[in-house]
Amino acid sequence: MTTLTRARTGPFAADYAALKAAAWLTPARERAWERLQEAASPSERRGNERWKYTDVRPLTSVPYRLAHAGALPGLAEVKKIAPWDDAWTTLTFVDGHFAPALSTEPTGRVAAGRLATATASVQSLLEARLAKVQAIDEEYFTLLNTAFLSDGAYVHVPDNAVEERAVHLLFIASPATSPRVAHPRTLVIAGKNSQSKFVESYVSLADSDQHFSNAVTEFFLDDGAQVEHYRILAENEKSHHIGNTRVHHMANSRFNSISFAIGPAIGRNDHHALIDGPGAETNLSGLYMTTNGQHMDNNISVNHEKPHGTSRQYYKGILAGKSRAVFSGIVVVKPGADKTFADQKDLNLLLSPGAEVDTKPSLEIFADDVKCFHGATAGHVDLDTLYYMRSRGIGLEAATQMLIRGFAAEVVERIKLPALARYVEGVTEKMLPEFRLEVPK
Amino acid sequence: MTQRITVSREKGIEDKSYKWGFVTDVDTDLAPKGLNEDIVRFISTKKAEPEWLTEWRLKAYRYWTKMEASAGAPKWAKVEHPPIDYQDMYYYAAPRSKDDRPKSLDEVDPEMLLAFEKLGVPLKEREQLAGVAVDAVFDSVSVATTFKETLKKLGIIFCSFSEAVQNHPDLVKKYLGSVVPTTDNFYAALNSAVFSDGSFAYVPPGVRCPVELMTYFRINTEGSGQFERTLIIADKGAYVSYLEGCTAPSRKTTQLHAAVVELIALDDAEIKYSTIQNWFPGTKDGKGGVYNFVTKRGKAAGRNSKISWTQVETGSAITWKYPSVILQGDNSTGEFYSVALANNRQQADTGTKMIHIGKNTKSTIVAKGISAGYGCNTYRGQVKIMPGADNATNSTRCDSLLIGPKCVVNTVPYIEVRNPTARLEHEASTSKVSDDQMFYLQSRGLSSEDAQHMIITGWSREVIKELPFEFAVEANQLLKVSLEGAVA
Repeated sequence: MTTLTRARTGPFAADYAALKAAAWLTPARERAWERLQEAASPSERRGNERWKYTDVRPLTSVPYRLAHAGALPGLAEVKKIAPWDDAWTTLTFVDGHFAPALSTEPTGRVAAGRLATATASVQSLLEARLAKVQAIDEEYFTLLNTAFLSDGAYVHVPDNAVEERAVHLLFIASPATSPRVAHPRTLVIAGKNSQSKFVESYVSLADSDQHFSNAVTEFFLDDGAQVEHYRILAENEKSHHIGNTRVHHMANSRFNSISFAIGPAIGRNDHHALIDGPGAETNLSGLYMTTNGQHMDNNISVNHEKPHGTSRQYYKGILAGKSRAVFSGIVVVKPGADKTFADQKDLNLLLSPGAEVDTKPSLEIFADDVKCFHGATAGHVDLDTLYYMRSRGIGLEAATQMLIRGFAAEVVERIKLPALARYVEGVTEKMLPEFRLEVPK
Repeated sequence: MTQRITVSREKGIEDKSYKWGFVTDVDTDLAPKGLNEDIVRFISTKKAEPEWLTEWRLKAYRYWTKMEASAGAPKWAKVEHPPIDYQDMYYYAAPRSKDDRPKSLDEVDPEMLLAFEKLGVPLKEREQLAGVAVDAVFDSVSVATTFKETLKKLGIIFCSFSEAVQNHPDLVKKYLGSVVPTTDNFYAALNSAVFSDGSFAYVPPGVRCPVELMTYFRINTEGSGQFERTLIIADKGAYVSYLEGCTAPSRKTTQLHAAVVELIALDDAEIKYSTIQNWFPGTKDGKGGVYNFVTKRGKAAGRNSKISWTQVETGSAITWKYPSVILQGDNSTGEFYSVALANNRQQADTGTKMIHIGKNTKSTIVAKGISAGYGCNTYRGQVKIMPGADNATNSTRCDSLLIGPKCVVNTVPYIEVRNPTARLEHEASTSKVSDDQMFYLQSRGLSSEDAQHMIITGWSREVIKELPFEFAVEANQLLKVSLEGAVA
């Protein structure tokens, strides 16, 4: 508690008091700041089930100050570190501040822009959804984000709109001399029977500065809406990242998401889906690759409140060095949510004796007519397979890399945007030499 | 053995479905209600225990008092119950005849024998039993022990815990608390302070115990907690199979049961521990019943040792129980087979822990949970692979069956891997009894209840087949009786 109390009253308080934001955002901010004082501390180690395997004290003990707008990087520089496709509509934020020079105007029927400059008609549309998606948003980090809500991205896909052009929400951390925090915020409203695609990426310009991204992304899917979503977390190895994704499903809506996470010293992918209409479907998959002393936590929950829902979780992890990965997935099936189908899977490849994986795929079922499954595996690359390959003249390193590539491919191959697939493959290839097999003696 | 199912009822709560609910009038020797250092000393003195054991109890008591004052009982389990008043309970209840312990069955209090007969513990039918030696614990004090002579010839010690303290103090001192330390958890600390009796078994090196050792627990005195302590040691190369059955009469008040079981298997030894637990589950609307907070743990200490837990849990208002194995020796094996049932208002939070420390250790978990009525059934398990456990493997399968729209099923597995050469597989499923299977069986003339029972029997076979034969028959019957009237 002590570190958190310091964090609340220390640098955060000064920054909060000094922050200027649009008037329409003020009620939500003030409410969040107030609730924040009461929120359970994520750094509490005893009986804190939501943070059981992730100790956030290294994060909460850093005196993070709010990042101010600085010099913008060039487009060529951005293209080197972030996924990019000229065909996408891109909204870029540098340290939480909108960067028009690195952004493109939306075309077609999709409305996209900044929260800070939203017109009155857009405001009234967003106000009904912003920071109101779910009760779980009483969490410390989501409240913190809302308290610092001064800008962010919004996307509104009108009813029946079918948009082939992906919207890219790009959040860049520029080089920092002292520890800096940004609170990226996104709200997406997908109208009835609409179809849309999103890429959400988080990257750092510098390799070794320390910054903290505390992101919140909210999706509201109206009846029959279909959303394809990609989340790329590729910030530097010193950074801290807490990513909260909240998806609210109305009837027959569908959300397909792939998360790709490498990078931060402490990373948390906190994804919560609420099945609030019959027949909704949520398919979540992810690949996390960690090395050195990294810590990556996937906290995935799906709440089935209405019948005929489907949810799938498919996560794969590759761990090297002294890194640690966590998967805690939970599926809750509420009374009356009959005919629910839910599946959870977490598969892990451990490459070194220092790596650790903690996985907890749990189910809470309050209805009887359901089909729910979960599974988890952890283990080395198959030594027999490796032997087979080596006996045919493939070197240890090449053989290991082939097996890792194959393991990762099951998630990577699901990416349907060619430019993004190339980016992920490129990043993975570049990392592979760091993912060496260490056989214990 | 199956006659145990058909015993008659006497008084207690009028609950037709609980056939084991009868109260026996035996004069009991009660210590005053409440818990303090004096009571702990009283129990210890009553049992003429050596100084070190009294101190051991007191240490546990002091630790428990500290816990009670700070965090209290653990709150992480998915069970709900009113707070337990530990001062409103008897901590010692023994049949009066204790001081002049009977030498043979003829000397045993006939009323008590009748009680056992109703339970179906066939003390009088030893010949028929052939293969089961019974050390019956009646309100915590061992009443009669059979087959002792046969076992004695082989050097096997099988007696009540109090006898072991008197006759084999070295063994008790060496192993007591070595697997479940007094400070392990709230209920284990409580048990360590006030345990009244229990069973003790020691199988010497290279001996294969020819019979299945069996203890039958029964809570009799109203308002008394049962705190038994079991300690089983299989020395190098030994084998023992141990059976435990539990029953309590119907009582309006709730009863607390906080037992501790410790198993130790040395090099090449194997211990198989089977439990059928049908303590009084409370009435249909959740009145009464046993609160079962049990700590069971085995240490596969030696190379190539093996510990296997099999449990069928149909009783108790609350079950809080995680029979675990510490796989310390290289190449050691741990197994956990469980069927847990929660009907009406029962709550079961049960599972296992497999802690892999040694190299090439292997564990298997098969857990089946059935939830019916307003029952709440939680599988909670942990598989932990420590850094030194090279080539450890674990396979976990846990399935849940839902009967009726109001029941609850939770699955909470914790998997922690710190060694890359380990291989773990965890699989779980939750579903209701298949409509197709029900339709198929009913179209062939089975009633819905019989059809459901048949499906459940098949579904839980993987676990039941691990039980010794007589127990398996009883387990199937128990599942049927416990689910009476619960058809989706």
